[in-house]
Amino acid sequence: MNDLSSENALSGNPGASSPVSAGLLSRAAASGFALHRIVMAAVAIAILVICALQMRWDWLPEYHDIIFEGLWRTVWLLIASVVIGFLLALPLGLVQVTGPAILASPAKAFCNVIRGTPLLLQLWLLYYGLGSVFPAIPEIRDSWLWPYLRQAWPYALLSLTISFAAYEAEVMRGAFAGVPKGELEAAKAYGFTPWQIFRRIWMPRAIHRALPTLGGEVVLQLKATPLVATITVIDVYGAFTRVRQDAFLTYEPLLLLAFIYMLMAGALVVLFRYLERRIPVK
Amino acid sequence: MLSLEPPGWGGNLLRGLMNSLQIAVGGYALGLLIGVFTACGKLYGGIITKDILGCYTTIVRAVPELVLILLLYYAGTDVINQLMFWLGKDPVNINGLAAGIFVIGVVQGAYSGEVIRGAVLAIPQGQLEAARAYGFTGWQVLRRITLPAMLPYAIPGLANLWLIATKDTALLAVVGFSELTLETRQAAGATRHYMLFYCAAGVLYLLVTLISNHVIGRIERWSRRGFYQV
Repeated sequence: MNDLSSENALSGNPGASSPVSAGLLSRAAASGFALHRIVMAAVAIAILVICALQMRWDWLPEYHDIIFEGLWRTVWLLIASVVIGFLLALPLGLVQVTGPAILASPAKAFCNVIRGTPLLLQLWLLYYGLGSVFPAIPEIRDSWLWPYLRQAWPYALLSLTISFAAYEAEVMRGAFAGVPKGELEAAKAYGFTPWQIFRRIWMPRAIHRALPTLGGEVVLQLKATPLVATITVIDVYGAFTRVRQDAFLTYEPLLLLAFIYMLMAGALVVLFRYLERRIPVK
Repeated sequence: MLSLEPPGWGGNLLRGLMNSLQIAVGGYALGLLIGVFTACGKLYGGIITKDILGCYTTIVRAVPELVLILLLYYAGTDVINQLMFWLGKDPVNINGLAAGIFVIGVVQGAYSGEVIRGAVLAIPQGQLEAARAYGFTGWQVLRRITLPAMLPYAIPGLANLWLIATKDTALLAVVGFSELTLETRQAAGATRHYMLFYCAAGVLYLLVTLISNHVIGRIERWSRRGFYQV
């Protein structure tokens, strides 16, 4: 507590001397030394410290477990839906580029329907709609799937996966179409089988081209995960909703939640920047 | 079930759709306004303006819309009621429609700001220099050259944002605003015909998307008139 308040006094300093620093700004910018960045960082730290000291955080130890459980569930849902969704997107995108019309048009229709309706509606359709149909079918009630189908998370994972697959199929369609024809013809001339061409040339090249877009899409997918809290899956958003209801607090949990999501989005951005750097470019 | 008269729920769904569309149109327009100012600030503003706007676009694009909606909804209501308190008036109840438009507008503003900034950067510099050489004022350059010239570059991105805006209105169901998704949920819950109502709502959203796509195609062709056809 003591060192926190001394930090507060320190960070109050640049804020008080802001007229002086404003006068220095032009000179600082000219010398390439971003003084205003330091001032802004100080202001940000001051706001954080004020938040930490002035707001109520005594509920944190009590809800610590449920928050970490929710965080784990969010991460797990994100990774599973991104991996499965991307594996589905590869064939969905490919058939739209080369496939026969009988495969291409259903894939296109699937993409358009999923991308044209809100995810929340799809989620509720699957959970409430299918959830009300399944119990009426005795074969499903007796099957080994039933214990899973009675829970909420399979529906959450299914709808997140379908939605990611539809958006990514569109991205991959563009990426597959954008690979230069000459590279594929060269592979063919060297006697590659069609499967080898796909695995060795076409898919890696398409993924390289799509990687910046994919990074953005994964962040969007992270931002879609809190919707699962509306069908009783306690992810990190759901955990904080419970905190808000139990502790009668409005802002503190929401601010911390926003901060957590920003950290996760930042981690994803860093991860994809690392992946992009690993691609050899001429 | 879907008939428009009270025993059926079709009327409720259509009313929800109208609410959704109102919020989408209002939020999108507000977002465009914020976006134009954000883009101008980021392109021509001082370093502090640039950094503050950078924080705005980064934060809004990193935090889920659902969390932002809750934060802005409560914070906005609180701020207005504090203002009312200072002015010595009674606290007001915030209209759900206005709150929805405000929230969607703030979220859309961050995205459209980035789209417009990219589009302005894509304008050939010579056009702006020519305008300045002819003695146009800054405002005239913006209105006569920059905004029309950036349109063909901005419209694909802005069209995407419009489709996102129509779908983001569904999130307001979580704060209890009776737009299409919430109306659907109530209708489905009351009649226990979940599949029917959710599919009907899906068809309505899909119709909005398809009609939008058609209109957007026409606008895009219009904005590209004079360009060579690809």
